[in-house]
Amino acid sequence: MISLQPDFCDIEIPEKEHYSIEDYSSSKARWCSGCGAHTILHSVQKLCTDEQLPPEKTVFVSGIGCSSRFPHYMKTYGFHGLHGRAFPVASGIKFRRPDLHVFVITGDGDCCSIGAGHWVHAIRYNMKMVVLLFDNSIYGLTKKQTSPTSPLGTHTNTHPTGSVLPPINPIQSTLGLANVSFVAQTVDWKPAHLNATLKKAYDHPGLAFVRIVQRCPIWMRENYEPTVKDPDAITVLNHENGIVLEENALKKFRHIQEHDPSNLVKAREVAELVKTTTPIGLFYQNKEAIRYDEYGAHNLGVPVEDRINAINSLMDKYAI
Amino acid sequence: MSNNSETIKSEPVKIKREQIREAVVEIVSDSGEGAQKCGQSLGTISAKMGNGVWTVEIIPAEIRPPARSKAGASGIRVRMGSKKVTNMGDHADMVVALNEQVLYGRIDQNAYKPGTYLLIENKWATDTEESNAAYTESIQKFKALGYIIHEIPMEKECLKHVSDPRKGKNMWVLGLLCNIYDRDLNIAAAQVKAIFSKKSDDIIQSNIDLLHAGYAYANDNLPMHFTIASKVSKEDFVVMNGNEAVSLGVMAAGIEVCSMYPITPATSASHAMAEKMESAGGLIHQAEDEIAAIGFAIGASYAGQTAVTITSGPGIALKTEFIGLAVMAEVPLVIVDVQRGGPSTGLPTKVEQGDLLAVLYGAAGDAPKIVLAPSTIEECFHYIILARKLAESFRTPVFVLTDANLATGVQPFPRPKIKSAWFPDPIDQSKWEEGVKAYDWDPKTGLSKRPIPGQKGGMYTLTGLAHDEESHVAYDPSINQRAAESRSRKLAALHKTLKEPKILGDKSGDLLLVGWGSTRGAIEEAVERARERGAKVSSLHLHFLSPMEPGLKSIFKNFKKVMTVEINYSDTIGNSLITEENRRYAQLAWYLRAQTLTDIDCFSNVYGQPLSPIQILEMLEKKLDLTLTE
Repeated sequence: MISLQPDFCDIEIPEKEHYSIEDYSSSKARWCSGCGAHTILHSVQKLCTDEQLPPEKTVFVSGIGCSSRFPHYMKTYGFHGLHGRAFPVASGIKFRRPDLHVFVITGDGDCCSIGAGHWVHAIRYNMKMVVLLFDNSIYGLTKKQTSPTSPLGTHTNTHPTGSVLPPINPIQSTLGLANVSFVAQTVDWKPAHLNATLKKAYDHPGLAFVRIVQRCPIWMRENYEPTVKDPDAITVLNHENGIVLEENALKKFRHIQEHDPSNLVKAREVAELVKTTTPIGLFYQNKEAIRYDEYGAHNLGVPVEDRINAINSLMDKYAI
Repeated sequence: MSNNSETIKSEPVKIKREQIREAVVEIVSDSGEGAQKCGQSLGTISAKMGNGVWTVEIIPAEIRPPARSKAGASGIRVRMGSKKVTNMGDHADMVVALNEQVLYGRIDQNAYKPGTYLLIENKWATDTEESNAAYTESIQKFKALGYIIHEIPMEKECLKHVSDPRKGKNMWVLGLLCNIYDRDLNIAAAQVKAIFSKKSDDIIQSNIDLLHAGYAYANDNLPMHFTIASKVSKEDFVVMNGNEAVSLGVMAAGIEVCSMYPITPATSASHAMAEKMESAGGLIHQAEDEIAAIGFAIGASYAGQTAVTITSGPGIALKTEFIGLAVMAEVPLVIVDVQRGGPSTGLPTKVEQGDLLAVLYGAAGDAPKIVLAPSTIEECFHYIILARKLAESFRTPVFVLTDANLATGVQPFPRPKIKSAWFPDPIDQSKWEEGVKAYDWDPKTGLSKRPIPGQKGGMYTLTGLAHDEESHVAYDPSINQRAAESRSRKLAALHKTLKEPKILGDKSGDLLLVGWGSTRGAIEEAVERARERGAKVSSLHLHFLSPMEPGLKSIFKNFKKVMTVEINYSDTIGNSLITEENRRYAQLAWYLRAQTLTDIDCFSNVYGQPLSPIQILEMLEKKLDLTLTE
């Protein structure tokens, strides 16, 4: 490539900044040692670097919980708000700011329990943003209470003899929502798949919902250890339009299932695999779904004169 | 009264008119009969003629209560005068009732007095056996109460012009009232045209015919005819209700995001702007719930465009956690609370000033915020513009407290001339100054400049956790104390800029009434009337409730007694078990007692009705032991 010298022509060539991974790293993460969130943080920082996202144009919005500390560890803009309420805040940020890259960091309690109403509607708004559901199936910050995704019979401090209700399947639930446009699942301990999933989600023109099955070594070690160690526990969903792994990476998985992510009915069937295995990959994608952020940005920058005229024409209705 | 006149005379009989200073007129009916449109038109016509006007809707709680039910009165009250009118007045002088049953509810509310004219649709005398009996019984009762009854064949008269009298009877009634009160028939016809501007010429003409027919009927058949002096102003005026004023205020404040969830009586504030909001460069976001509505607004504000959320008491309850976050993280935001009767679902369509303390203190921990209370329709407009500026200057949420009385009350005011200075600057995307922290609290004022996403070098993570100047989570206990002081100090800084409230009447005396919000017109009229009769009473009206306007304690010292007048609940000493020690006061009274260490009394109730001057005068009679009413 020819490099342009400053005196190459009269036009002032802006100095193109290159961002390295350190440009996205803030204070040291305070998650427990062995927590899956550390690898996700690294993978997100890698995505930012790969995509060269200007840190000042990038906003991480979270709720409350272990995972929601995430924005504090990024050197971008961040919004660490209320339990369950990351979606409305992120939607409000994106509504009139198409220039911002918005990420939502939420957990299983945050998204699927206290914020479930917003989850339903955020999917329907389908505003361009990446949503990462850190699902460790337990309330960690408050010390081991049953989460809406805890497997039936999980021993917790609120259900010492085992939880009594079947868990929500966040993939299946999201696939059932109006205007859904991107649903994927990955696990925190398969970095190649995690990275590829984040990249696919970032490129999606709409709301990309990614459930990341996440290890909690403190409260849920016995739940995750078998999955992490057992090479039969994971099934990779494979398709040219799905999350494409390099051949070498794909070879590491024993179970591979072909799944076309344009097929919503099939996606719902595949989502049921959760009962016997952990399916990872892209369940569903529709790049044509209506986007509320496009509506939000459609009348930006109306000149003040025109605004005053519009107000005056409304005021005329009340004139006497 | 019987009607023998079957034809409209082309030359109206010359009638004598009694000159009056003002009149209070009501039109009541079942829901959906157009009474409100009739009254609004009468108000607009009068405002155009240069009269002072206040109109207020009479709203049943149900969308469609059963026909001819006693509690189902839907309608409107119009008060028109030769001078400026600031409230709904005392008892009605003239009532048009499309059926007699709906009058009972209004009579229970003490809306009428002996001598009030009741003009009643007489078709119910012959409609069905059941209605006939009820009608006859009611007329007897109303006569016994001293009302002057005119039974009028409204439907029969309308049928001469239209086949379906339910459509258009209201315009016939408008004509009737225009004749009784000497309203300009040309202005009236223009108003009818304006109402039906989207309809066909035939519909417009038939409604104008009805207007003329009603006018002629009153001219030929009714004995009472009045005239109210008026003076047409050279200034341009607009006439609207408080929600419409809020709506236009939002647009004129340059607010681009109005994030709301439907709730009575606040929703119409969003309806009013809907038509033009997009061409005025903004959008309405109807959120999935009240919590999401404020969360979305906070998101938009955080991203650089100060947003507004409009709600009522139950919505405020749901939004409270987010309000705490906006205070803690210092996000500018405008929150409009159109108060209604509470607690819980309460009285959704009725007025109450019951949210003051909830708004001031309803949060976990200490959450100081700015609270404003407009007292007129005009202020509903201008206070939104003020609120956005304050929110941004002080980096904090600002409440604007209106209520159902302001929301539906209609009053003319000088047409605001929209200024470009009311609009915010474009979102600051300049490079953030190096070394300046995200919360660089000024040690004197607590104020700080906020970085906005997109500003290079300004990156920080906003958090609801206790945080230091750099928005880092506070692990050092001294940080929380310092941060709380900084947020509180902002109110003290604003307080420094406020002026002492003006006093209506003398600066000392036997009694000072203190009000806030929509009660101003009634309080001030009562005080003026009492002073004409020699009472040593004055009043002041608060517009800033947080921070509180300065100088109150020394003002209070000059009066023997100080008392708030509010529309919310307070115990009355003398009622069962209620003593000085356990009495629970009206909300402003609690607050002023705490702020000024003054023994402040209160007069308040929760009948869900706007206060009338006569109610306040009757209270003053007892307090001051004077005769102030006839």
